[in-house]
Amino acid sequence: MSGLIADLTHHLPALQVVVPLVAAPLCLLAGRAWLAWIIAFAASASATVTATILAYLTFHNGAISYHMGGWAPPWGIEYVVDTANAFILMLVSAISTVVLAYSPASVAREIRPGSQHLFYCMFILCLTGLLGITVTGDAFNVFVFLEISSLSSYALIAMGGQRKALTAAFQYLIMGTIGATFFLIGVGLLYMMTGTLNMADMQARIPSLQDSRPVLAAFAFITVGLALKAALFPLHLWLPNAYAFAPSAVSAFMAATATKVSLYVLLRFTFTIFGAKFAFLNLPLHWVLLVPAVIAMFAGSFSAIFQRDIKRMLAYSSIAQIGYITLGISLASSAGIAAALIHIFNHGLMKAALFCAIGCIFYRIGTTRIEQMAGLGRQMPWTTTAIVVAGLSLLGVPLTAGFISKWYLVQAALQADLWWLVVLVVLSSMLALVYIWRLVEAMYFKEPPPGRGAVAEAPLSMLVPTLLLAGANIYFGIDTRVPVAMSESAATLLLRGQM
Amino acid sequence: MLQAILDHYNYWIAIFLMMVGFYTVVARSNLIKKLVGLNIFQTSVFLLYISMGKVTGGTAPILDDRFPIYSNPIPHVLILTAIVVGVATTALGLALVVRIRESYSTIEEDELNLADGET
Repeated sequence: MSGLIADLTHHLPALQVVVPLVAAPLCLLAGRAWLAWIIAFAASASATVTATILAYLTFHNGAISYHMGGWAPPWGIEYVVDTANAFILMLVSAISTVVLAYSPASVAREIRPGSQHLFYCMFILCLTGLLGITVTGDAFNVFVFLEISSLSSYALIAMGGQRKALTAAFQYLIMGTIGATFFLIGVGLLYMMTGTLNMADMQARIPSLQDSRPVLAAFAFITVGLALKAALFPLHLWLPNAYAFAPSAVSAFMAATATKVSLYVLLRFTFTIFGAKFAFLNLPLHWVLLVPAVIAMFAGSFSAIFQRDIKRMLAYSSIAQIGYITLGISLASSAGIAAALIHIFNHGLMKAALFCAIGCIFYRIGTTRIEQMAGLGRQMPWTTTAIVVAGLSLLGVPLTAGFISKWYLVQAALQADLWWLVVLVVLSSMLALVYIWRLVEAMYFKEPPPGRGAVAEAPLSMLVPTLLLAGANIYFGIDTRVPVAMSESAATLLLRGQM
Repeated sequence: MLQAILDHYNYWIAIFLMMVGFYTVVARSNLIKKLVGLNIFQTSVFLLYISMGKVTGGTAPILDDRFPIYSNPIPHVLILTAIVVGVATTALGLALVVRIRESYSTIEEDELNLADGET
């Protein structure tokens, strides 16, 4: 028995990806929605347990290296788990599990009866891709998993009820493929110069090649490609429609995880592979990231104010929040990276809660237009409470998770002597107040539109996960030990021996 | 200068195809033509990888004492994976185009935007 447990523990990094990967075709074969849901949920829950154990092990014993199929690196594919990616693994798998718990009622309403099991198949495949990107220590493997998650998310978005979902998915397919191909070019150029695909091996060989043109070009291609996948301004054009027209559960899952994983890969390539010296001293990555980040903070929030569709509004808000995360990365300091990682985590919690709550409303009233939200405060008290809590967290009100992010971000900016950044962060948060207020005003201070009958509270199966996510926003606003300790350990690790 | 171009002709071909594909994706409004452009764009990267594995004077990678110099097979294997990804992307893209045509009766981007009420 103990031998079995030791074996399982040894293979955890592989199981993290293999379990959901195997679950995907099983969902397809299941053929029935409820059976597919059980398989998907079980796989996602097991991924969460795996990620939590891995996070615990890496936090206490240091990084774990796993040789896929027993082939030693640098020839074989190596999976490396350290506190940086264990943290992301935990976030992605936990959000996926909560969203899957939320999804049956929502999917039954929004997806055609014949293709509901396909929905779960694509969902769990998307999870596989995101986990694989995060866990792998091989540059080409990142591309493969990136495409697994992208292709399944195009299909998921296209499952949205309106026909606009199709054009949104197509637009994302074009832009996503260009982004992934840019990344592929970058990896190819790196392979050409270093002769290896293993990340640790690349890291060792790049310092002596710093001035070579292909390495510079590789860095540019990889940064632009990942910025496209992460929807960093001005490469965010695919995001608003994709999130607005996707099924509710998909919006919640993708908004909380997909762009975050791309940002993690950006962190990994910038700091672990190329090194902070190369990116920030030889090349002006500080400004290349800082300027779009600041513009995103304002342009995203400003566009959000004028949206009449709440899902679109939240999507624009995501663009602004990605700006905050990128801002943290651009500071290239331990405090900045920790702030970015904390915000990746906290933004995942708030956006998942908001999109789930909007999904509850859509379930009841069949629309996400703001004028139709009027008067819902009394009719759906729990759902609207969840929106208010997550909205406060988005603003960064004390005692919510969002406050912790802003606090660390402001501290990182002050540490870098960029006090004007602090002003900009606070100002852009004011813009968030405007669009969250519009929603609160509609829900609580307006009479229901004429012609809408009685609206009941959302079913418990949707409400409980939504409230759980909203509650997490408060919990992690008070008890910050886990995200802060993990992020700071990850930041130290990413910057080890640099700057 | 000319010699520099001729020596690296494979890269020039890759860059040319890359730009042709990229331009087609950006400039064409027909969704099928966009996908064709995307395919050319991806194919250029395949060529970049494949030609990078060539070793001058090398033969096919056969493990035998008679062939001491052989080309690097790894980029070729990598690109097999990328080709599969490309096929899947094209298939999914075409499936989306079919569905778009069914619900909008057009695959021209400007007409789609018009139908969606965006300008």
